[in-house]
Amino acid sequence: MHLIVVGLSHKTAPVEIREKLAVPDSRLGEAVSRLCTYPGVKEGMLLSTCNRVEAYAVVDEVESGYGSIQEFLADTHLALSSEQLTPHLYCHTGDRAIAHLFRVAASLDSMIIGESQILGQLKDAFETALMHKTTGVVMNKVVKKAISVAKRVRTETKISEMAVSVSYAAVELARKIFSNLDQKTVLLVGAGEMAKLAARHLIAQGVRHVRITTRTPQHAIDLAAKFGGVPVLFDQFRDEMASADIVLVSTGAAHYLVSVEDVQRAVKERMNRPMFLIDISVPRNIDPAVRHVDNAFLFDIDDLKHRVEQNRAERVQEAETAERMVVEEVVSLLDWMKSLEVTPTIVALRSRVDEIKRAEVQKVLGRLAHLSPQDRELVEGMASSIVNKLIHRTMVTLKTEVNSSSGPAFVEAARRFFHLDRAASADPGVDRQTEEAPCLLHESEESEHAERAPEASSPKRAN
Amino acid sequence: MAAIWVMITMVLYFVATVTFLAYLLRRSEALSKVSLGITALGFLTHTIALATGMAEASSSSTPSFHAALSFFSWTLILVFLVVEFRHRIHVLGSFMVPLALVSLGSAAALPETVPTLQPVFKTLWFHVTLSMLGTVGFAVAFVAGVMYLIQDSLLKSKRFNVLYSKLPALDFLDHLNQQSIVLGFPLLTLGIVTGAMSAEFVRGSYVTWNPEQTWALVTWLFYFVVLLGRLTVGWRAKRAAYLTVIGFACVILTLVGVLLKGHGALS
Repeated sequence: MHLIVVGLSHKTAPVEIREKLAVPDSRLGEAVSRLCTYPGVKEGMLLSTCNRVEAYAVVDEVESGYGSIQEFLADTHLALSSEQLTPHLYCHTGDRAIAHLFRVAASLDSMIIGESQILGQLKDAFETALMHKTTGVVMNKVVKKAISVAKRVRTETKISEMAVSVSYAAVELARKIFSNLDQKTVLLVGAGEMAKLAARHLIAQGVRHVRITTRTPQHAIDLAAKFGGVPVLFDQFRDEMASADIVLVSTGAAHYLVSVEDVQRAVKERMNRPMFLIDISVPRNIDPAVRHVDNAFLFDIDDLKHRVEQNRAERVQEAETAERMVVEEVVSLLDWMKSLEVTPTIVALRSRVDEIKRAEVQKVLGRLAHLSPQDRELVEGMASSIVNKLIHRTMVTLKTEVNSSSGPAFVEAARRFFHLDRAASADPGVDRQTEEAPCLLHESEESEHAERAPEASSPKRAN
Repeated sequence: MAAIWVMITMVLYFVATVTFLAYLLRRSEALSKVSLGITALGFLTHTIALATGMAEASSSSTPSFHAALSFFSWTLILVFLVVEFRHRIHVLGSFMVPLALVSLGSAAALPETVPTLQPVFKTLWFHVTLSMLGTVGFAVAFVAGVMYLIQDSLLKSKRFNVLYSKLPALDFLDHLNQQSIVLGFPLLTLGIVTGAMSAEFVRGSYVTWNPEQTWALVTWLFYFVVLLGRLTVGWRAKRAAYLTVIGFACVILTLVGVLLKGHGALS
């Protein structure tokens, strides 16, 4: 049972490959279900964003699991051959896979470090996997942990404090012009993705009045309904500019839609109240000369990107702190993962019941001092056989289910029923017990159970 | 006694100025607390200095230029502390505290001359107090204007430096500018009226058209136009910032005029 991640990201693959491999939201469920039909894949989750496509899986064997996932990824898009894909793929297993997921969730692996979208995308991917029942004990725990690590990173470092994306940089700039966004009006011209995102950020920051215009009137009406705004006719938006404090332009037009005169007129009508214009379109839709108009502040996509770049540099420092947190969290999760392995569980179970048995036998024998050595052995033997019979089925089930998909669930259950995590939480404790146990085992253990004791964990007991 | 307190205050304001200026250049916010603490302490000693100064001066004496400037400086810090307390804009201290230090420093540099004029009524006290309060309003407007112009030019040139991140939003600065003038202007008006009244009592005429009186009227007229322009034709934002910076220059000239002419006596 191994956790594995196979995928590609903006760091390893060009956009031509990424866009081919990307799985649209509508098909994500089907894809993740299909992932789990590949040989050796027991649990699966598919994370597909514009910057990365990654398949997380719990597999029986690393080698074959990698092969299966690679095959799955190549099958996702007909136009992609395995040869084209392989050079861009990376693969992490075990603790490195966990660390990778944590870093992705905490936005340490993002194109823009500290951006917040990835966490939402991960949550969605997890939801989809849950809905299609492709995850199990291991994946659920790991992903939930990743989400909590991401939250911890966000609250304990300043990584997400400064503008994380171009659309948010617009909000940050708006705050340097308007101290209070509550009473401000936004005019959204065109429906580019980035502009919509910026508008959404602004609304989240308190902007209440939104006016929307697009070339297609119906589109504006739909968007207005979505944002709780007012649609404006495209021909008339220049007249509306005076009433807008923030103008977001993002259309596909190849020429300037807003001229210097338009802005001058608007500023004059506004009695010189400052005006914030953001042009996210390429080619630009607002005449760049507008930046010379007093009390009008024009920023284009490059200005916003420049701002983001600066913030990014500051984030790198915060990212170092976050990386340390990730390492810490990986260690704690690994402890848990280790506990899910069958062998240590059997060892822990064995020592737990032996501990109880030994205590009880000593208590009884203390009061029965008159017993002959033979009688004492008889009492001890009886205690041993009761204990062994009680745990026999559990031991057998754990061993037989070790390779089934519900294996970890049985392990988890056994650990809870027998209160084993008390010992497992402190690893050295477990070791000490297993080391102490053998002397007792040799005396009282029946060979049947001694055989079952796994070789790997305790060579002494294997004999 | 008051002189010692003034000295202590000056030292504190000086240290606060240094730390506030260092704060301006550093990314860390930690320095703002230190600066603020020192300023508050300075304000306390300043208050004591003013109180002991008042107690020492006999009731019949007229206000000296020295005392007026000290009062001006004290009010400036008071306004800063109030705005800071309400809006938490530490960077204001980097501009206001140096201004307070300069005015207190020039007050200390002046000899406490015995006033040559003997006013019959207490109107001269009113005149000085009101004029100084009005001037504080203009000084705050000036600071807000300077900050506005800096932030405006940083935004226009897209230089997102430390100063950019520390300066408040443009509309806040414009609002501060407006409020300061709206409060300062009536006070100055009353200051001029009471000044004219005391002149009438002393000399028998309201206006003698000496240089500082002329300048005071020019200043008054200037701010009147600035205020009117803002309310009617939208002289706000950048233009208002420029105008208030120029206006404060007029105020300084008036004060210098008083200083050169009267050697400490106000009329």
